[in-house]
Amino acid sequence: MARKVLALAEIRDGSLRNVSFETIAAAKTIAQGGEVVSVLVGESVQSYANELLFHGADRVVVVEHTNLKHYTSDGYSQALMAVVDAEKPEGIVFGHTALGKDLSPKLAIKLNSGLVSDVVSVEEAGGNLIFTRPIYSGKAFEKKIVTDGMIFVTVRPNNIQPLERDESRSGEVKAISVDIKDLRTIVKEVVRKTAEGIDLSEAKVIVAGGRGVKSAEGFKPLQELAEVLGGAVGASRGACDAGYCDYSLQIGQTGKVVTPDLYIACGISGAIQHLAGMSNSKVIVAINKDPEANIFKVADYGIVGDLFEVVPLLTEEFKKLKVHS
Amino acid sequence: MNIFVLMKRTFDTEEKITIVDGKVNEEGAEFIINPYDEYAIEEAIQVRDKHGGEVTVVTVGNEDAEKELRTALAMGCDKAVLINVEDDIEAHDQYTTAKIIAEYLKDKEPDLILAGNVAIDGGSGQVGPRVAELLGIPYVTTITKLDIDGDKVTVVRDVEGDEVVIETSLPLLVTAQQGLNEPRYPSLPGIMKAKKKPLEELELDDLDLEEEDVEAKTKTIEVFLPPKREAGKILEGDIADQVKELVRLLRSEAKVV
Ligand SMILES: Cc1cc2nc3c(=O)[nH]c(=O)nc-3n(C[C@H](O)[C@H](O)[C@H](O)COP(=O)(O)OP(=O)(O)OC[C@H]3O[C@@H](n4cnc5c(N)ncnc54)[C@H](O)[C@@H]3O)c2cc1C
Ligand SMILES: Cc1cc2nc3c(=O)[nH]c(=O)nc-3n(C[C@H](O)[C@H](O)[C@H](O)COP(=O)(O)OP(=O)(O)OC[C@H]3O[C@@H](n4cnc5c(N)ncnc54)[C@H](O)[C@@H]3O)c2cc1C
Repeated sequence: MARKVLALAEIRDGSLRNVSFETIAAAKTIAQGGEVVSVLVGESVQSYANELLFHGADRVVVVEHTNLKHYTSDGYSQALMAVVDAEKPEGIVFGHTALGKDLSPKLAIKLNSGLVSDVVSVEEAGGNLIFTRPIYSGKAFEKKIVTDGMIFVTVRPNNIQPLERDESRSGEVKAISVDIKDLRTIVKEVVRKTAEGIDLSEAKVIVAGGRGVKSAEGFKPLQELAEVLGGAVGASRGACDAGYCDYSLQIGQTGKVVTPDLYIACGISGAIQHLAGMSNSKVIVAINKDPEANIFKVADYGIVGDLFEVVPLLTEEFKKLKVHS
Repeated sequence: MNIFVLMKRTFDTEEKITIVDGKVNEEGAEFIINPYDEYAIEEAIQVRDKHGGEVTVVTVGNEDAEKELRTALAMGCDKAVLINVEDDIEAHDQYTTAKIIAEYLKDKEPDLILAGNVAIDGGSGQVGPRVAELLGIPYVTTITKLDIDGDKVTVVRDVEGDEVVIETSLPLLVTAQQGLNEPRYPSLPGIMKAKKKPLEELELDDLDLEEEDVEAKTKTIEVFLPPKREAGKILEGDIADQVKELVRLLRSEAKVV
């Protein structure tokens, strides 16, 4: 059954987040030959439309308004509902990002629909769309189907392969005008605490530190390694509780669940709550001075040693590689 | 102030997950209050202590959840409500839960509702915002700070590590992020008092809801465990050689850099 499916794009630091392209890819599978319409929402965002077409959107709908400068659930849901009214889609895909998580349940209520959150894969089998998602923070998975109404899902960043970028693709870009008003939550200030660039949930490489890092200062060598690899820094709860870093870096059952290509755990013992958040990474490296540490049980490669010796050497080695290639 | 906390009972984070007959095995498992809901409870108690009023903790589940409700009462909540749906509902999803909670709350005139930002088992993060929207009140998710001054509310929201300062007003629903506060442990006198605090049990009938009104929109067809990770290679030799070997393996064997 061919369906029309909306895919919400997201912008961060002046560029489209990768998850925007992943929503297009997921929407393609859901559409089953139907049309995929990317949606751009913001103050001034039309210029991003072509990039969405290059990544496989058939068309782009743009909603611009000064009241959409900052994300608010009221503002964005008014924009999205206007798009839904105009397009009458049978499916909607958001990223499972801070924005997507906050907005999707509100829209699901407005549409009187179900919502499958945090989807890591979409497949079609025997006429059914099957959505796989982690439960128990990645300790298990479930497969879900939609039994009634709109097919509405959020997809976890970094799990669904985007389409190859192709500049020869084109399509209609249409702006619709909506009066965005009566916002009940007002953004007063955005305090930037994270580094420019890579978000933990989208990073291909994560260098994570635990209590073994011993101080805020101790995270420096980890940051340097992450930088060389174009990755992001994460942490165990042990490190966060000790005040070495911000809770927003915490990975695990009560933190972020991440699935990078490469996860380098430094001075992390490998508690079950930590493993829940990272053991579905593609390749895991553990650096720990205790050969009995639990983390080695899930690591593909392990180095038993002092992280303050190993990590800088590793950074040097990768730097050399970069120079050579 | 009329304060409500939405609480979910969940597996202890220490638990390993096993599957029996296609379902997550609950036999012998330890249960706890969903960790994010502990922050919600703590914040509710602090708001009440500062501004006056009453805290009611609400859960949708079965009678096993009485234990966690008593814990919430022991922490300092005033009243507990168990909406027991075990006999009435077979298929259940976030749509179901939110509808039931909103139906219960609709004539209670809540000033403030607190929930966890996500349940560590189901993991969707849907229930809080869904309930707010059903009640027609604003919400802010993943908050790390809450200040109430009359009807005016200032919250700090964690957005993937950045802080967004938001102004809004009561009535309001917020969902708790780690860092909001340090949840207290129930004290011994608290535990004694909790035994005498009211714990009301309701069923769908009491809420004017029929099973059809809350019928799930999604269905779980399979539950499975991820492939077990095998312990890999522990490198040997002097550290400098191990590092070189690691880089080589990551490049040519694992092909991730
Ligand atoms: C409800 C609940 C939820 C939780 N949620 C999470 C969660 O989401 N994420 C999480 O991570 N934890 C979580 N935890 C905590 C978890 O149980 C562990 O306490 C925590 O993960 C330990 O952090 P750690 O590995 O950094 O510290 P430790 O267990 O203290 O390990 C430190 C490690 O560093 C090694 N080390 C020390 N010095 C060096 C050195 N110089 N070089 C190399 N190695 C060194 C040590 O050998 C040790 O293995 C949760 C706990 C509870 C109760
Ligand atoms: C009797 C019963 C049968 C169920 N059967 C199924 C089933 O067949 N298939 C299936 O997929 N799921 C089933 N569930 C699970 C249930 O539908 C979801 O777990 C629930 O809707 C919450 O979703 P979540 O875990 O994603 O919570 P989230 O939306 O992540 O929770 C966020 C916050 O909402 C609040 N909250 C969540 N759940 C509750 C609750 N129950 N009571 C009060 N507050 C809550 C808490 O504050 C929590 O921190 C069943 C649950 C019950 C009670």
